[in-house]
Amino acid sequence: MTLQYFLILAAALFCIGIYGLVTSRNAIRVLMSIELLLNAVNINLMAFSNYLDPAGIKGQVFTVFVITIAAAEAAVGLAIVLSIYRNRDTVDMEQFNLLKW
Amino acid sequence: MNLADGVQIVSFGVLALMMLGAALGVVLLENIVYSAFLLGGVFISIAGLYILLNAGFVAAAQVLIYVGAVNVLILFGIMLVNKRQNFVPLRNAWVGKATTAVVCLGLFALLGAMVLSTPWAISTAPVAGDTSTVVIGLHFFSDFLLPFELASVLLLMALIGAIVLARREFLPDALEREQTQQPVLTLPERPRELASAAPGSPDRTLGTSPTKRNV
Repeated sequence: MTLQYFLILAAALFCIGIYGLVTSRNAIRVLMSIELLLNAVNINLMAFSNYLDPAGIKGQVFTVFVITIAAAEAAVGLAIVLSIYRNRDTVDMEQFNLLKW
Repeated sequence: MNLADGVQIVSFGVLALMMLGAALGVVLLENIVYSAFLLGGVFISIAGLYILLNAGFVAAAQVLIYVGAVNVLILFGIMLVNKRQNFVPLRNAWVGKATTAVVCLGLFALLGAMVLSTPWAISTAPVAGDTSTVVIGLHFFSDFLLPFELASVLLLMALIGAIVLARREFLPDALEREQTQQPVLTLPERPRELASAAPGSPDRTLGTSPTKRNV
């Protein structure tokens, strides 16, 4: 049980999240991939907090902040997806031409 | 290796396999409802990993917030966007997927090499353990007070923003029917004169209107 196991696990989860973020065509699956990315970052923070700073656990404080931001992000992201779905009548990422230049 | 280390390694392996399998299911499965439930499995496995890392408070927060709030919110989103549509197949879609897979594998190799080659300064201080809740609370109200308050403001902004974005602006049918029945800026007790002299017509007095209309 060393630090490297957790860091490699978090790296694997991060790469899976990036793969899903790029290749998904459903907008809600993109949001789920973003949650995977945030959780990979959380695992990193918690591993550093336990192995490098076990007395003053600042990594856990940062993890609580990241969880808070992730909850806000999920709510706003789903609201945006619902709004786009009402206007465009689809959730296909390939058919969105919003925010493109 | 004593018994506790063996139990820790076995539980780490089980939780890691659960987490990676569920995460691959989230990304690769076709049915998005299965993906949403597997996402809950990912979150619960990560909470188990937090318990292995001596952080019971954050594990409880993870289960409460992620499994209880975010996952349920995503399920509600899936049910609200309930459209069984088959996406139009793109030409050469496998090129993008293969490229992304290669890039992700390369990123994983890079991160793994970095993790294994860096000499980490492992601390030997005593672990906070069960007193971690007290330590987190002390941090929140001493040196992390400003981010703590800003997080509350951000949650309020996200709440209001989500409501504003997701609500319907108006109901078009009800609004049009209301406008045809009762036009604005007219007295409601004299509807008959309003019907005889339509708004926009030039003649409002009946005395001079026939001659002018024949010309």
